[in-house]
Amino acid sequence: MAATSQRDEWSALSDLLAIGSAGFLTILGLILAMAGEDRVMAFHGCLLFAASGLALLYMLTQFVEEREPADTSGYADGVIRAGVIATVFWGVAGFLVGDIIAWQLAFPALNLDLPWTNFGRMRPLHTSAVIFAFGGNALIATSFYVVQRTCRARLAGKWSPWFVFWGYQLFIVLAATGYLLGVTQSKEYAEPEWYVDVWLTIVWVVYFLVFVGTVAKRKDPHVYVANWFYLAFIVTIALLHIVNNLAVPVSLLGTKSYIVYSGVQDAMTQWWYGHNAVGFFLTAGFLGMMYYFVPKRAERPVYSYRLSVIHFWSLIFIYIWAGPHHLHYTALPDWAQTLGMTFSIILWMPSWGGMINGLMTLSGAWDKLRTDPVIRMLIVAVAFYGMSTFEGPLMSIRSVNSLSHYTDWTIGHVHSGALGWVAYITFGALYCLVPWLWHRKALYSQRLVEWHFWISTLGIVLYITSMWVSGILQGLMWRAYDQLGFLEYSFVETVEAMHPFYIIRAIGGLLFLLGALLMAYNLWRTVRGDQPVDATDQPSVAAAPEFRPGEYTAPAE
Amino acid sequence: MEYDQVASISQVAALIFFIVLFAGVVLYAFWPGNKKRFDEAAKLPLEDDPESGNEKDN
Repeated sequence: MAATSQRDEWSALSDLLAIGSAGFLTILGLILAMAGEDRVMAFHGCLLFAASGLALLYMLTQFVEEREPADTSGYADGVIRAGVIATVFWGVAGFLVGDIIAWQLAFPALNLDLPWTNFGRMRPLHTSAVIFAFGGNALIATSFYVVQRTCRARLAGKWSPWFVFWGYQLFIVLAATGYLLGVTQSKEYAEPEWYVDVWLTIVWVVYFLVFVGTVAKRKDPHVYVANWFYLAFIVTIALLHIVNNLAVPVSLLGTKSYIVYSGVQDAMTQWWYGHNAVGFFLTAGFLGMMYYFVPKRAERPVYSYRLSVIHFWSLIFIYIWAGPHHLHYTALPDWAQTLGMTFSIILWMPSWGGMINGLMTLSGAWDKLRTDPVIRMLIVAVAFYGMSTFEGPLMSIRSVNSLSHYTDWTIGHVHSGALGWVAYITFGALYCLVPWLWHRKALYSQRLVEWHFWISTLGIVLYITSMWVSGILQGLMWRAYDQLGFLEYSFVETVEAMHPFYIIRAIGGLLFLLGALLMAYNLWRTVRGDQPVDATDQPSVAAAPEFRPGEYTAPAE
Repeated sequence: MEYDQVASISQVAALIFFIVLFAGVVLYAFWPGNKKRFDEAAKLPLEDDPESGNEKDN
């Protein structure tokens, strides 16, 4: 009884805190909307006002209606369902913008000669949409799923997980609309201005608290390795984000700010951030996904748990040093360049250790590659992880970099990682999660997953091969001299030479987008509860836990 | 202290620190006493236990 009333008190306190914060943010949004010194700040003030006003109204209606206390038994899956929907939505949006700018590169007239649709504004929109909106939502949703299941504890906090979800969406909308309206601090992958950075910091700290709070409630003393990867991702991204975005705003009511660093220190900080965004956002976080969904879907234990421990610690201690390889042949001191290169090469070891661990988890179940396209997607993702973490260290070697840097080879490399690894492991996780979260017996159609797999794989192959050819061609043309020592080609000749490859790349991107649309359709039909067309072809693990034969009996309601 | 001295001391210290750290991680991973725990942990994703998130008993 005493425990119950204490719980009620905590619940009331958290309601009060949530309503108070929403009220504060509504007033802040109103102030920024009225007194914002530039139009973008006023517009973003309106957005903040609308978002927190709606949140406030929602919470007050919950309060006034005096409903029965919300069901706090079992796992908190509502926020994960929302995250899955957001992941699919932002994924399709991000791939679409990416393909539009790919066509713009081939046919520049497609920028419509408007400031908002210019390549310079659309490109950060694409990168942020796929990395932070698609990837970020996938990481938040799967981390909430995995941490609850592997810790056997309900997500910590009542409003906090929902604040993380909606707060993160607001961050995405503020960043994206800012780019299109021309507000940027010009740091690659860290383009949002100071006030959006402050907002993300708040959201991220709450995310960290929710995650750690859930781990703290665990029933088993051991913390499963996937949670270590997720935690490393959350902590390191907080650190990178804060340090790289230290800036002084010109005015508290305006969008413009100045970064505290200058010159080569700024460049080094930026690429320390930039490369670790790859290492901890696009690698560590998604490795957490791999260490849960690959064993789960293959119904096999992790190949070597020992290897996963070594994988984790060596990966996080080595990645953090690799950033300077983005600054070869610049004003950065030579020793720092060499340090970055050396650590990039050492990274081969943990990366391949992790890849082997993921692939070998399938040992004894290799036939599933043939019958289950979802596991094929997960395993091809791990193979692409191996491939792009082989290519990356190669490109970080100074002499290779002198050819590859600033060329399309880099773009091809990034996309073999982003499309092949990040997107495929996410697609695999989404195909697993939707039937599990919506209590369905199977996916709507496994045949559509096959189509998605093959169309997207063809798209990736077209993308990365065309960028290899175009990048190496570009690099060789830039460094070609005639017998008198003059440059052989003018810049515009290299652009002309790349034109066919730009078209191939854009077609590859279009195929990838088509595959994602098939997935969105398939998942939507699954969510709607439509009769699966090929349920008998699907493995039993495709079904939600309560529908799997012989695993356990469903708990009484 | 000169810059070169600081640099060499920090380089040697970091080298020793990271090698010891790595040795510690490897020892932890291969320590025979941990084997049972790791074998159980490797199977953790496979165990579906939907009732365990229940907090009503708290």
